[in-house]
Amino acid sequence: MSQANPMLVDLDRVTLTYGEGRNQTPALAETSLRIAEGEFIAVVGPSGCGKSSLLKLVSGLMPATTGNVIVAQQEVTAPIKIVGMAFQNPNLLPWRNTLRNVMLPVEIVQPHRSRWRQERGAYTERARSLLKTVGLDEFENRLPWQLSGGMQQRTSLCRALMHEPSLLLLDEPFGALDAFTREELWAVLQTLWMEKRFTVILVTHDLREALYLADTIYVMSARPGRILVRHEVDMPRPRTLANTYEPAFIEALSVLRGHISEARTNGLAA
Amino acid sequence: MTAVPDTASAVRLTEPVARIGFTWPKLPSKLIADAVLPFAFAASVLLLWEAVVRILGIPSYVLPAPSEFLSVLVARFDPIMMMAKQTAYATLIGFVCGVTIGLLLGGLIGSTRVLYDMVYPSLIGFHAIPSVALIPLFVIWFGVGPHISVLTATIVCFFPVTVIVATAIAASSPELDDVLRSLGARKIDVLLKVSIPRAMPQFFGSIKLAITGAFIGTIVAETVAANSGIGYVMIVATNNMDAPLAFAGLTVLAVMGITLYAVSMFIEKRLTGWAYRRQ
Repeated sequence: MSQANPMLVDLDRVTLTYGEGRNQTPALAETSLRIAEGEFIAVVGPSGCGKSSLLKLVSGLMPATTGNVIVAQQEVTAPIKIVGMAFQNPNLLPWRNTLRNVMLPVEIVQPHRSRWRQERGAYTERARSLLKTVGLDEFENRLPWQLSGGMQQRTSLCRALMHEPSLLLLDEPFGALDAFTREELWAVLQTLWMEKRFTVILVTHDLREALYLADTIYVMSARPGRILVRHEVDMPRPRTLANTYEPAFIEALSVLRGHISEARTNGLAA
Repeated sequence: MTAVPDTASAVRLTEPVARIGFTWPKLPSKLIADAVLPFAFAASVLLLWEAVVRILGIPSYVLPAPSEFLSVLVARFDPIMMMAKQTAYATLIGFVCGVTIGLLLGGLIGSTRVLYDMVYPSLIGFHAIPSVALIPLFVIWFGVGPHISVLTATIVCFFPVTVIVATAIAASSPELDDVLRSLGARKIDVLLKVSIPRAMPQFFGSIKLAITGAFIGTIVAETVAANSGIGYVMIVATNNMDAPLAFAGLTVLAVMGITLYAVSMFIEKRLTGWAYRRQ
């Protein structure tokens, strides 16, 4: 399916090394990865394998040591505006209520930056409708500390989508939540994605999460990370929690788990 | 998020038994805590003071009873108020100047790495000098008069505000910064959207220091380098062994200080309510 679509993200033999001189730590070994527009990919791997580094490269928060990072036919050298990002911590501004937290990106990212003051009504409506899709429409005036962890993370998701990015980067966004809330938010994210069809890179260490959400799963090796396996998930959408208990899902899960434990033992041996 | 049955009202405690004898009138507990208790405490201190002075027969030039100096305050209300106005103006002008300069300079130092590294140690050094010790120098440079009070109040306010604002602005929160950076925010965006709002609680903390500091600055300056203001009244009163007048002056100072404090508390609550979790 990906052949017909243009590639939105193209990592070509990218490496990343932290530090200088003798303190060098390689985080990513030569990694090549192509993501089609509208594709939902998940990156899984043992902890410390450079998954988050991969996101920092794609978002332009950090430059690659060698190799090219191309997003939307442009070489990435600095943070790019077509990206929305959500992190493991919700990272909401504690002095802003839910609505104003969601509005933050349009105050910064062009072309909204020069428009939002004039078209405040329209932008507020957009923020409200995003909050409604994640079930927070009655909480727009609450401050972050008045929200539960799950609600904060939903707000963070809305904020990442507020400037209508074509590429959504998620760095273990549900990692700090309890299992029930996490599964609830999988469905929320899937709904949002099916509605707007942005491209997603989800970094996670939860294999069920990856299988539930992604079209394609990449398994990375232990540090320095490199892509070991590409696994395509062909389950119809919308997927439900019931799907995750079907034999096909469980089988895929155990295959993935096998890859991961292989990656870990190889990493320990090296 | 389904509705939870309201167990609190479903499970009824036994009906309260009718009480026998005297019951205290029921006031809202918030009102009691906020107004009644503090007021009652202050009033009983004054009453105790009055009683001690009368019973022990303490002469009024040593320690006047509250009734005595309050009646002096009433009797000489107009001249005292004229002096109080002078002190209030000097304090307010000094306070506004000091806080404004401190806020701007602190913001500048806190948001510029090089400036911070370069200036901050000296700033702490100067801060360690009691500002009122500079008054004699001010007199040499600028002569005697109300402007010395304004200048002293400004200097006293300026230091804590500058130091605290600079520290608060310079403090980084890498996670919030990442959010802004991933959106491609400029340095000025980070300053306006994160650093400044985050520094507000500390800024108001420094304002409270500045208020009391401004009064100290004005009063000390008035006692040594002015011929008007409450500080001047205090000096004249003590020179004449007129303790009731001195205490009347102190009362006026207390009222002014509390008023300014209350105003800033009000503004603080409106601007930094997010920092105080209350349920």
